[in-house]
Amino acid sequence: MNVRVFALLCLLPFAAAAQGFSGLGTDAEGFATPQANPSFSFPMDHGPHPDYRIEWWYLTANLLGPDGTPYGLQWTLFRTALAPGEAEGWQSPQIWFAHAAVTTPETHLTAERFARGGIGQAGVQADPFHAWIDEWALEGLNFDQMKLTANGPDFAYDMALTAMGPLVFHGEDGFSVKSAEGQASYYYSQPFFQIEGVLTLPTGPVEVTGSAWLDREWSSQPLSDTQSGWDWFSLSFDDGAKLMGFQLRQTDGTDYTSATWITPDGATTAYADGSFGAEALALTDVADRTIPTQWRVILPERQVDVTVSALNPAAWMGLSIPYWEGPVTISGSHAGQGYLEMTGYE
Amino acid sequence: MIRACLSALLSHWRRNPIQLFAYLAGLALATALWSGVQAINTEARASYAAAASTLGQGQYDQLVPRRGNEIAQQTYIDLRRAGWQVSPVIEGRLNGVRLLGIDPITSPAGFLPAQAAGAPQMLDFTQPGQVFTGEAAARDLDGVAPVTVDTTMAPGIAIADIGVVQDLLQRQDLTRLIVLPDQPMGRPELGTVAPQLRFQPSQQSADVGELTDSFHLNLTAFGLLSFAVGLFIVHSTIGLAFEQRRGMIRTMRSLGVPLRMLIVLITAEMLMLAAIGAGLGIVFGYLIAAFLLPDVAATVRGLYGADISGTLKFRAEWWLSGLLIALLGTAAALSNRIWQIARMPLLASVRPRAWAMVAGRRLRLLMMCSVSLLCVALLLGLFARGLTAGFALLACLLIGAALALPVLAERALSFLQRMTRAPIWDWFWADTRQQLPGLSLALMALLLAVSANIGVATMVSSFRLTFVAFLDQRLAPELFIQVDTQDQSRQLEAFLQSEGVEVLPLLSTQANIAGQPAKVYGVRVGPTYRENWVFLDATDDAWDQVEAGQAVVLNEQLARRADLWVGDTIEAAPGLTLPIAAVVGDYGNPHGQVVISEVEFETLHPELFPLQFGVRTQDVAGLRNAIAGTLGIPDSAMINQAAIKEISLGVFERTFTVTAALNALTLMVAGFALLMSLLTLADLRVPQLAPVWALGLTRRTLGQLELLRAVVLAALVFVCAVPLGLALAWVLLSIINVEAFGWRLPMFLFPADYARLGIYALIAAALAALWPALRLMRTPPSTLLKVFANER
Repeated sequence: MNVRVFALLCLLPFAAAAQGFSGLGTDAEGFATPQANPSFSFPMDHGPHPDYRIEWWYLTANLLGPDGTPYGLQWTLFRTALAPGEAEGWQSPQIWFAHAAVTTPETHLTAERFARGGIGQAGVQADPFHAWIDEWALEGLNFDQMKLTANGPDFAYDMALTAMGPLVFHGEDGFSVKSAEGQASYYYSQPFFQIEGVLTLPTGPVEVTGSAWLDREWSSQPLSDTQSGWDWFSLSFDDGAKLMGFQLRQTDGTDYTSATWITPDGATTAYADGSFGAEALALTDVADRTIPTQWRVILPERQVDVTVSALNPAAWMGLSIPYWEGPVTISGSHAGQGYLEMTGYE
Repeated sequence: MIRACLSALLSHWRRNPIQLFAYLAGLALATALWSGVQAINTEARASYAAAASTLGQGQYDQLVPRRGNEIAQQTYIDLRRAGWQVSPVIEGRLNGVRLLGIDPITSPAGFLPAQAAGAPQMLDFTQPGQVFTGEAAARDLDGVAPVTVDTTMAPGIAIADIGVVQDLLQRQDLTRLIVLPDQPMGRPELGTVAPQLRFQPSQQSADVGELTDSFHLNLTAFGLLSFAVGLFIVHSTIGLAFEQRRGMIRTMRSLGVPLRMLIVLITAEMLMLAAIGAGLGIVFGYLIAAFLLPDVAATVRGLYGADISGTLKFRAEWWLSGLLIALLGTAAALSNRIWQIARMPLLASVRPRAWAMVAGRRLRLLMMCSVSLLCVALLLGLFARGLTAGFALLACLLIGAALALPVLAERALSFLQRMTRAPIWDWFWADTRQQLPGLSLALMALLLAVSANIGVATMVSSFRLTFVAFLDQRLAPELFIQVDTQDQSRQLEAFLQSEGVEVLPLLSTQANIAGQPAKVYGVRVGPTYRENWVFLDATDDAWDQVEAGQAVVLNEQLARRADLWVGDTIEAAPGLTLPIAAVVGDYGNPHGQVVISEVEFETLHPELFPLQFGVRTQDVAGLRNAIAGTLGIPDSAMINQAAIKEISLGVFERTFTVTAALNALTLMVAGFALLMSLLTLADLRVPQLAPVWALGLTRRTLGQLELLRAVVLAALVFVCAVPLGLALAWVLLSIINVEAFGWRLPMFLFPADYARLGIYALIAAALAALWPALRLMRTPPSTLLKVFANER
C-alpha cells in the first residue's frame, strides 16, 4: 500500500469535517450523519453502514500467559467510504483496512491489511456474524461466541471469545457527541468478553487467557476541525466496574471529554464534557515523537483517581495511519487493567 | 552616494570587458557542466525508475498463469483469503495504447510513479473512471475514456483503476499478481491455493540498476571536478579585478566612502554578477543535457523496451544546486579579497603587486600546502574507511596535486633554462618562468581538466571491459529455462541431454555463511564455467578443486564482508569446511554467494532439485520450440539471454557517448581558462616585450614564441596530469566504488587514449594562445615604442 495515497484517502473525512457540519441528516457529500435518540436493530447493526463515511470493529484484550506474563492484543477492522453507498465489484466505493498487534512487556508487533469492497476480499456480515479481511477474521454464530484470527509477518493469534455480559451504549443511548459543534458518532461496546487462545510470537506459541473489549462505532465526521487528536481509555477495574473515557484535544489547548461508567452487570451512566479528566504524568520518546505513556485519570463523580501506566511504552503502531495503542495497568483509587489509544501526536 | 559608488565600481567592468566576459563565462561554463551532468543524472535515474516501475517488473516477485494470459478474479480473492499478500494487475491494449489496471489500495508503495498523484483521483467514484497517461497516448484514447494527462508517465502506457480497465477492455479477469514484500506467518503453499499459477521471481534488473548507480556516482564526481575547474577561472578573474581596482578603492575611501559600505557594495556587485553567470550556466547546462539526453533516453528504451520521453524537465534539484554552488564558490573566492580590502591602510600606496611579485617564499608555502594535502590523501587512502573519507581523499589528492604544479613547473623551466645556451632561448625560458605565477591558476585548471579526462577514460573503459566480461560470464548460456516441479525438472534435463547440448542446472539455497546471509549455489563444472568466469584471484586449478568437492568459490561481496580471501577456509555448510579456491567479481549483486559443485550440493541438500537451467545452444529458437512442443513448458518460462546481453551492451555504449561529450566540454573549459589568463596578461606584458622587440625580435617571432610557450606549458601540465589522472581513476574504482557499492572495479590502462588526450590538450593550449599571439603580432609598433616614452 502506498502510504501517501492512503493518508490522502483518510484525510478526506477530515477535510469534509473541516468544511463544517450543518447538523442536517446528510453532509455536503451525501453521507448520512448520526442523529440523536438512535434506535439500533440487532443483529443487523453489527453489520456495516455504507452510507456513513467511517466505521470500525475494534477489539482490544488484556491477556495473561501461563507464567503470569501480561500481554495485550488488538484487532481492528476499519471501513472507510469514498462515497456513500455500496456497489458490486471494483465500483464499490468502500475501502477496508485492518490493524493487528500483539504487545508484550518487551516488544510490540504490528501488521496491517488493505482491501477494496465489493469483490469479496473483505467485509462484514451481520448474521451469522462474520467480519473479515484476507485471512483475518472475527466470526461466530452470533455476537456472543466468536473466533478471532490474525497473522503478521512475525506473529499470529487464534482466539476464542465469549460474552459474559450485555452490550453497553455510550453517550445518549449510543449517540456519542464528540465536540461542542455537534460532531457525533454511533458508539456501543461489548466490554465483557472472556478470551482465550494461542499467541504465536517469534519466540514460540503462548497459551493465554484474559478479557477483551469490543467497540463498534460509525460516523461521518469524526473530529471537528479544531481537534487535533484524542486520548481514549478503556479501563476494567478489579471490582468488575468499567470505565470508558476519552478526551479530544482541541487546538486552543482545551479538551472535550466524555465518559461512560459501566457497572459489573452492564448498567451505564454517561458523563458529558468536563466530568472525565486525563492528565499526562510521564512522557516517552517513541518513533521520533514524545508521547504520554503514564496518565492520571479522574472521574470525581465516581471517586476515580487512578494512575494509568503503559505495559510497554513503545506500543507504537507505525502503520499507514500511525498512532499509539497498547495495554495499561491501573493503580490508585482503583486497580485493574485496560487499553489506551492516543492519536494525533506529531 | 551608493549610486555613485556602485557606478564607479561597475565602470571597471566597462573598461575591462574581457575581464567581465572571463568572470561571467567562467562561472557560466562551470555551472553549465555541473548542472548539465546533474540534469542528465536525475533525468536518467527518473527514467530508469519510471520505466521499471511502470512495467512493474524486476522489482517484485509475481504470480503468472501457467497457461494462457488470464487469472480469474476469484483466484485473487482466494489467494488473499488464504493469506497471500498479492496485488492484482490487468494489462491489455486499447487503440494501440498499453493499458495497465492496478488496485491503488493494495499495490506496493512506489509501484507506479503516477500512482501517488493519481490514486485518489483513480478512486474518485463520484466521476467517471479516469485514465492517466502521457500526452501522445491521451490523443489515442480521446473519446474512449476520460483521460488525465500525467507528464511523468512513460509514453505509450496508460494507467487506471483496475475496475475501469476491466470495463474498457470488457474483461473480468486479471493478468498477473504482484507478490508484496511482507508475507504473513503460516501462509499456505501456492500449489494448495492456486495450482494454476506459477511463481516468477523478481528479475535481476537490480544488477543493471546498481551498475548504473555506480556510473552516475562517478559522473557526479566528474561534474564536481569540472565545476572546480570553472571556479579556478573565477578565482583568478576576481583576483585580477581586485588588483586592478586597488587604486579605485583607495580613492573611494579617501573620498569618504565608509569601509563597511564599500565591502557590502563590492560583495553585492560580485554576487550579482555571479548570479548572472550562474543563470547563464544553468541555461547552457540545460542545453548540454537536452543535447545529450536523447542518448540516455535511447539507453533506457533499449534496456526496458519502454519509451521514455527524451525531453528534459527543469528539475529544481539540479538547477538550484548549480546556482547555490556557484554563489558559494564565488563567495569563497571573494572572502579572501574582501579581507585584504578590510586590512588595506587608507593611504597605502597603490603598488600593482599584480602578477610578477611571487617570491620564492610563496612557492615554498604552496609546496608545503601541497605536500601536507598529499600526505593527508595518502593517510586517508591507507587507513580511512567510508564514502566521505573516499571523497575527502579525492579532494586532497586533486588540490594537493594542483598546488604542486607551479612549483614543479618552475623547477622544470629553470632546468630547461640552464640547458640552453642561445640568448633568445635563455630569455624565452626566463620569460616563461616570469609569467608562470600569472598563468598558474589557468594551468591548474588545465591540469584538473586533463587528469579528469584521463580518469574518466580509464574508469569508463575499465567499466566497459569489466561489464562485457561480466555479461559473458553470467549470460553465457544462450537459453534460460524455469520449471516448477521436480517431474518437469527431471524431464527437461533428460530431454536436453538427449539433444546433446550442455546443460547448466542451477541449484541454490539460502544459508548463513561466516555470519552473513548468503546464497549457496551448486554448479555443474563444465566448459562454460571454466572459460567464462573471470576470477579476481584464484588458485591454478580452482574449477578442478571445486568439481572434486575440495574447494569453493566466493563472490567478492561475501569475501570482503567476511574478510576472507583465496587460501582461507570457510564453513560452506554445517560441518563442511573447505578452502577458498577463487574469488569472483559479482557486479551489482548485493548478496553473498558461495559456489560449490553440483555433487556436493546434492549431498548436502538431497531434497532440493534444480528449477532453473541454463542451456548452451546455437539454435535458440529451434530448441525453444522443441521444449515447448515436447514438454509443454510455456514460452514465458524461457528467456533468450543472448538478446538480453545484446541490449545491455547497447545500453552502456550509449551511456559512454554521453561521457565522451562531457570530456570534450571539460577540456574546452580548461582551454578557455588559459585563453582568459593569456588575454589578461597580454596587456600587462607589453612593457616586458618592448625591449626584446627593440633588440630586434620581430613581432611575428614574438607571437610564435607565445604560441610555443603555451604548448610547452601544456606539455608540462600533461606530464603531471597522467599520474594524477591514474590516481584519480584508482581512487574512484578501488575506494569510492568499494565504499559505495561493496565491489571493486578492476582498473585497466589505455595508453593510446591518454596519448590522444595529450594531443588534444596541446591543441587546446595552442588554440587558447592563438588569439593573444595574433594580437601581439598586430600590436602597432607605436604601442611598443610608447613603453619607452612612458617608462616610469
